[in-house]
Amino acid sequence: MSQGNMNLTLKVWRQKNSQTSGKFVTYKAEGISPDMSFLEMLDVVNESLTRKGDEPIYFDHDCREGICGSCSLYINGRPHGPKRAITTCQLHMRSFSDGETITIEPWRSAAFPVIKDLGTDRSAFDRIQQAGGFISVNTGGAQDANAILIPKVVADEAFNSATCIQCGACVAACKNASAMLFVSAKITQLGLLPQGQPERYSRVQSMVAQMDAEGFGNCTNTGACEAECPKEITLMNIGRMNNDYYSAKLFREERAHEHTGGEN
Amino acid sequence: MSLDAKIPQGPLAEKWSKHKFNLKLVNPANKRKYDVIVVGTGLAGASAAASLAELGYNVKSFCFQDSPRRAHSIAAQGGINAAKNYQNDGDSVYRLFYDTIKGGDYRAREGNVYRLAEVSVNIIDQCVAQGVPFAREYGGLLDNRSFGGSQVSRTFYARGQTGQQLLLGAFSALNRQINLGKVKMYTRTEMLDVVIIDGHAKGIVTRNLITGAIETHSGHAVLLATGGYGNVFYLSTNAIGSNVTAAWRAHKRGAYFANPCYTQIHPTCIPVTGDHQSKLTLMSESLRNDGRVWAPKTKEIAEKLRKKEITAAQVKEDERDYFLERKYPSFGNLVPRDVASRNAKEMADEGKGVGTSGLAVYLDFAEAIERMGEDTVRAKYGNLFDMYYQITDENPYKQPMRIYPAVHYTMGGLWVDYNLSTNVPGLYAMGECNFSDHGANRLGASALMQGLSDGYFVIPYTLGDYLATIGPKPVDKNHPAFEKTKQDVIAYNNKLLALKGNKTVVEYHRELGHIMWEYCGMARTAEGLTKAKAMIKALKADFWKNAILTGENDEVNAALERAGRVADFIELGELMVTDALNRNESCGGHFRLESQTEEGEALRDDENYAYVAAWEFRGEDQEEVLHKEELVFENVKLTQRSYK
Ligand SMILES: Cc1cc2nc3c(=O)[nH]c(=O)nc-3n(C[C@H](O)[C@H](O)[C@H](O)COP(=O)(O)OP(=O)(O)OC[C@H]3O[C@@H](n4cnc5c(N)ncnc54)[C@H](O)[C@@H]3O)c2cc1C
Ligand code: SF4
Ligand code: FES
Repeated sequence: MSQGNMNLTLKVWRQKNSQTSGKFVTYKAEGISPDMSFLEMLDVVNESLTRKGDEPIYFDHDCREGICGSCSLYINGRPHGPKRAITTCQLHMRSFSDGETITIEPWRSAAFPVIKDLGTDRSAFDRIQQAGGFISVNTGGAQDANAILIPKVVADEAFNSATCIQCGACVAACKNASAMLFVSAKITQLGLLPQGQPERYSRVQSMVAQMDAEGFGNCTNTGACEAECPKEITLMNIGRMNNDYYSAKLFREERAHEHTGGEN
Repeated sequence: MSLDAKIPQGPLAEKWSKHKFNLKLVNPANKRKYDVIVVGTGLAGASAAASLAELGYNVKSFCFQDSPRRAHSIAAQGGINAAKNYQNDGDSVYRLFYDTIKGGDYRAREGNVYRLAEVSVNIIDQCVAQGVPFAREYGGLLDNRSFGGSQVSRTFYARGQTGQQLLLGAFSALNRQINLGKVKMYTRTEMLDVVIIDGHAKGIVTRNLITGAIETHSGHAVLLATGGYGNVFYLSTNAIGSNVTAAWRAHKRGAYFANPCYTQIHPTCIPVTGDHQSKLTLMSESLRNDGRVWAPKTKEIAEKLRKKEITAAQVKEDERDYFLERKYPSFGNLVPRDVASRNAKEMADEGKGVGTSGLAVYLDFAEAIERMGEDTVRAKYGNLFDMYYQITDENPYKQPMRIYPAVHYTMGGLWVDYNLSTNVPGLYAMGECNFSDHGANRLGASALMQGLSDGYFVIPYTLGDYLATIGPKPVDKNHPAFEKTKQDVIAYNNKLLALKGNKTVVEYHRELGHIMWEYCGMARTAEGLTKAKAMIKALKADFWKNAILTGENDEVNAALERAGRVADFIELGELMVTDALNRNESCGGHFRLESQTEEGEALRDDENYAYVAAWEFRGEDQEEVLHKEELVFENVKLTQRSYK
C-alpha cells in the first residue's frame, strides 16, 4: 500500500440484513493518501478488517468512474458527499482533512430498503421504467437514422436528461423521498424526441402510476434533488413531466388505455 | 475434435445473406415453447435478450449488478463505428472490413469481420429508433468523428457517454419485454456453472447474491454475454466487477478458450501513481483527434519535469518530440492503439517519461484551444476534462494531461463459430466474452459495434437454426446433471469459505496483476513468460492454502464473490501465459520482443501462426491442449501493417 498521511475516524452504518436493525460502528482509517478515492479508502479499511477476520463493510460500486450509478453513500449527511456534481466513486480524499470524523450511511428512504450495511435495494426504479419508460420498436427494419431529423438543440436537451445514472441520490436527498427528478428525466428525454411522441402521454401516466405504487413521496419543490444530483439534472424536467401528465389527464386520457401489455 | 468455423461458402459480400436464408426457422407458434438463458445484460446480452423475446422465445436474463443498466458497457466513452458514409469521405462496408482486418493484424476471420461491417449500418438505425440521443449537427443530421486506426469519420457518439446511451437503448428494449412478460429478469444473480446433458448446454447454476441460494435454471440454450477479462491484470479500465468466471467455468466444462493472450492496452489512460489505485481510468481515444501527444526530446528535460523544476508549458516547441506525428506522418496521433501504446512505453523506457513516476507522456490541447477556442474544446470533451481534473487535481485546460497505456480490452474469449456457437452445442458466446471479430487488436469504437451486432442482428437468426434442430421438447429438470452440477458449485464455495489463512484475496489479485503486467503485458519474452508460468502456479497453490475469507454463504458476501473470481483469474492467467509463449510471433496487442521489424513494429509470422489458438481444458493441474483453426484469407493480402 502506498502510504499517505491522513488519519480519519469513520462512523459507519452496519446492518447485517434487511431483517435486522443496524447501528453505527466506529473505525479508524489510517495512512490514507489524499489521492485515493473515497471507495479506495474504504477498500483499505476493509482489507484490515478482513485480515482481522472481521466482516468487511458492504457497499455497492462497480465502474468507479461516475457512470454506472451503483455507488450510493450518504456521507456527512449528503448523498455522494460534500462536492457538487460528482458521485461517491469520484470523490477523493483530498476533499477531507486529516483527523476528520466522517459519518457514512446508506441511502435513507423507505422505497430503498437496506440490503446490508451501506447497500440498498433500488429495484423500484427499474420497475418504474418497465412500466413504460421506453419506445416500442422491434429489432430490424428501422428506417435510416438520418431520416429522422432532430435539431441539435433538441438532441442536446434530450441528452442532458438522458445523462441520469439512476443512482437514487435525488430520492435520498428529498425530505419526501420523491422520485420525481429521476422519473421526469426519462420522461423528458423520450418526450422531447420525435421517436418518443406516439407513446408520450401513455408513458407519463403509466410511469407516474408505478412511481406512486412503489411508495415514493410527492414533490413539494424543495429542490434538494437538483442540488445533490451528480449529473445536474434540473427541476425543469419535473416541470415538463407535470405538464405532460396533466395534458394526458385532461385531454388524452383515452390514449393511456392503448398502452397495454400482453402477447407480442 | 476438429474446429469447424462454419463460414459460409461464396463471395464475401453474399455470405451472410445466403447463410441467413439457409438457416432453419422456428415456427412462430413453437417459439414460445423454447426457453433461452442469457447471462449478462451489457450491450450484447441486453440486445440479445430483448431481440429473442421479441421473436417470441421465453428469455431468462441474468446479471450480477442490481440493475441490468449497470453492466460494464455503460462506461464506454468514445463511440461506435458504422459504415454509413454520411460524411461522403470514402467510407464503405468494404473499407470498414478492411480497416478492421488490418487493425487486428490479420488474425481475425474475414467472414465474421465482413458481416460485422455490413450489419454496422443497421445498428445505428436501430439505436436511433429507440431514442438514443446521438450527437447531431445543426441541420439535424447525425454527427461523426474519427477514431484511432481510421482515416474516415465513421464514429457515432453521444458526448463522452456513448456506452451509457447505447446501453440505455438496449435496456429499454429489455424493459419493454420484461413488462410484456417475455423476459424474466434475475438481478444480483451470479452464474457459477453450466449444466451439460449429453454434450449439450441445458442450464446454469447461479448464486443469489442476497440470500446465497444456489439455484439451477434450465433452458434449451445458454447464451453467455459476460464481458471481458481485463481485470486479470488487477489494474485495468474495466469495472471492478468485470470477471471471467462464467466463461472460465464454461471452459472447464468443455468450451474452448481462444487466443487468451490477446490483450489490448489502451494508450490514453490516467497513469498509475501508486499502489492505492483500484482501477485506471480511460480517457477516450477521441481526445487524440485534437490533442497532440508529446514527450520531451531529452532525458534532462524529462528529469526536470519529473522533479517539478519546470512545467510542461515551459518546454519550448523545439524541445518537444511529437513522436507519433514524427514517426507516422499519415496517421499521426490517430495510429491504432497498440502502436500508440508501444511508442509511449518506448519514451518511458528511454527515460523521457513525465509525471513523478516517469510513466507518462503528455496529451496536449494548447494548440487545439488556440485554434478552436476553449468553448469548443469544452463542448467536445468537457466531461472527459472534468473527469481528469477530478482524479488528478490538475486542470487540463491549463496544462497538458498526463497519459499512459493501461489494460483495456481482451480480444481473446470463448471460441465460437460463425453462428456464435461454442464447440459445446447449445452454448453460445457474444460480445467481449467471445474471441471472434477483432483479431489481435481491436480498433476503437468497434467493441460496441460487435456487442450490438451479435445481440440484435446475428444471434436472433443463428440460434433459431439450433433450436429448430433440437426441437421444443421441454428440458428435463430432473436430470441428475442439474443436481450434480449444483453440488459441485456448493462444494467449491465451501472450499473457499473454509480458507482461514492470513492473506486477503485482494492481495492475491494484486500480486497476480503484477506478474501479468510485468511478463504478459505490453512486451513479452519467452524467458519472462516461462518465469511467469511458474510464479502463477506457486501463487495458485498459496491461494488455496493461505487466503482468508470471512462470512458465510447464506448472506450478502462480497468476499466470497471476489474470491471465486480471483481464483478463476489465477487459472486464466496461467493459460494466457501459455498461449503467449506458444505464439512465437508478434501481432497486434501481443508483442514478443523476439519478433519485431527493424523499426520496432510487431513482426508477424504468417507461415506458422496464421491461426486461432483454441485451448481445451483437460482437468485440474493438467496442461491444456491446443487446437488450431487455420485462418484463410481470400480477399485481403497479408501485408506488414504500416501507418507511416
Ligand atoms: C472505460 C471503457 C471505455 C470503452 N469505450 C469504448 C468505446 O468508446 N467504443 C467501443 O466500441 N468500446 C469501448 N469499450 C469496450 C466496450 O465497452 C466493451 O467491450 C463492451 O461494452 C462489452 O460489452 P459486453 O456486452 O460484451 O459485456 P459487458 O458490458 O461487460 O457486460 C457483462 C455482463 O455480464 C454480466 N456477468 C458477467 N459475469 C457474470 C456472471 N458470472 N453471472 C451473471 N452475470 C454476469 C454482468 O453483470 C454484465 O451484465 C470501452 C471499455 C471500457 C472499459
Ligand atoms: S436524477 Fe440525478 S440523483 Fe436522481 S437518479 Fe438520476 S442521476 Fe441520480
Ligand atoms: S461506482 Fe459507478 S458511479 Fe460510482
